[in-house]
Amino acid sequence: MMRPRYRTALFLLPAGAWFFAMLVLPLVVVFVFSFGERGPAGGYVPAFTFDNFLNLGSRWAAFKNTLVLAPVGTFVCLLIAYPLAYFLAIRANAKWRTLLLILVIVPFWTSILIRSYAWIFLLGGQGLPALLNALGLGNPRLINTPFAVLVGIVYGYLPLMVFPIYVSLERLDKRLLEASSDLGCTPARTFFNVTLPMSMAGVATGCMLVFILLMGEFLIPAMLGGGKVFFVGNALVDLFLQSRNWAFGSAVAMALVLVMLITVTAYMRVTRRWAGGRDDISLM
Amino acid sequence: MRIYALAVYLFLYIPIGIIALFSFNAGKHASQFTGFSVQWYGKALGNPFVTEAFQTSLTVALSSAVLASLFGTMAALALQSVKGKLRVAFDALIYIAVMVPGIVIGIATLIALVTVFDWLNPILVALWPVADAAPQLSLGYGSLIAAHGLFSMALVIIIVRARVSGMDRSLIEASADLGATPWGTFRQVTLPQIFPGILAGFLLAFTFSFDDFIIAFFVAGSKTTLPIYVFSSIRRGVTPEINAIGSMVLAVSLILLITAQSILQRGRKA
Repeated sequence: MMRPRYRTALFLLPAGAWFFAMLVLPLVVVFVFSFGERGPAGGYVPAFTFDNFLNLGSRWAAFKNTLVLAPVGTFVCLLIAYPLAYFLAIRANAKWRTLLLILVIVPFWTSILIRSYAWIFLLGGQGLPALLNALGLGNPRLINTPFAVLVGIVYGYLPLMVFPIYVSLERLDKRLLEASSDLGCTPARTFFNVTLPMSMAGVATGCMLVFILLMGEFLIPAMLGGGKVFFVGNALVDLFLQSRNWAFGSAVAMALVLVMLITVTAYMRVTRRWAGGRDDISLM
Repeated sequence: MRIYALAVYLFLYIPIGIIALFSFNAGKHASQFTGFSVQWYGKALGNPFVTEAFQTSLTVALSSAVLASLFGTMAALALQSVKGKLRVAFDALIYIAVMVPGIVIGIATLIALVTVFDWLNPILVALWPVADAAPQLSLGYGSLIAAHGLFSMALVIIIVRARVSGMDRSLIEASADLGATPWGTFRQVTLPQIFPGILAGFLLAFTFSFDDFIIAFFVAGSKTTLPIYVFSSIRRGVTPEINAIGSMVLAVSLILLITAQSILQRGRKA
């Protein structure tokens, strides 16, 4: 019989090897390539230079769009998600709660490609604008605008925001709400003094998850922004698949991960003070 | 409150519903529904590009989900007896695999694999006994399965580990005390308890791979998965055929997801 220690090692080996070959190694390669140079026919030539990082300014528009639309999108998601999470956790009939919750989570796991496509269909010339025109409300241009990208973002990431807030509200001791109202607080005061502070951990988790994923978004701006509203993700696709400038592309990717790490760390510093403990982040 | 919730649910489901509705549109135009027809489904299923892309997606999703469930479950079981640096390293890897944006994983995998292949292929040619017949490594099924499997494995580890830590350990001890072999204990006590987790992990892994566009976009090489096909046809314009393909993709993932979610929710209550 095998000794337990060897068995443990044997059981971890495939997963460990997979993580190494497909995660650690590729990330190290990106790091190394970001200091290299573009080859004459594209690709990468070994070198040690900071030129790629100094050249990042040429993609400033992409960083700016991302750094504007990601926080705005996160905030709009929060505004829409909070009341829904509140309803699900506190007001909804317990009998229906599980089903209603599943109905929120399920869209997140279905193809974001098809869901964004649905909005091309809805916001495109034959969709909503045509309907508004028929109603005599003008013929606004909706597709390929920042507005369309924002709609796509909210549509895509709303479920991810609802779930952590729901979890924190559901764990809240409902007797606190009764105590607050027994002691003469108005519903509004109870909400702002009890419910909201107690659910901040969920709000922080949800905002962070949505924000992180939005920073790396490619598909929504590509499909709903029509090349006019592009994110860092779109710049990366262009650099790796069109102009094949791997060294500069790696630097852009490094910068993206760095900006993400900085904002998330700063965000966690700020929120930890009022968020208290960590919350359940699983959406599974 | 209730009306607000209803409005959000409508916002979530109307766009999907419209895609499904218009996939049955007899006419070609997006704005008018001119009658019921399944002709676009026939067109989509008769299109050899669609069926080939579907086969590729199915192969990749099945293989990556099977491998991820197997290796992920093994790792989750082993990790319960691991502590110290190794544990910290694995937790960090799982966290990184889930949190690093898909686009970064995609480009990192692309350039790492191409570099390794460029380096290995000449060696293969030199070492191969038959001249001009050496196999050449390239992006394709292998890279797709490996890249999707990475995320899926992290997912399976997280889900199965939650089941493992919620497991009743006294049952395992009882089984050993009653003289069962370790394999017997695993098969009759541990496995039935963690099986819902493995199954849910498998279904989510399959769905992730089947729906993924961004990682596949970078590492597919000459292969075309269904999302890649859909993306490139959308660029050529909106057609009812895409509505039909989209509805089928949504239907497949909805069925798998609702199954996975009901397994998980039932497990949570038990």
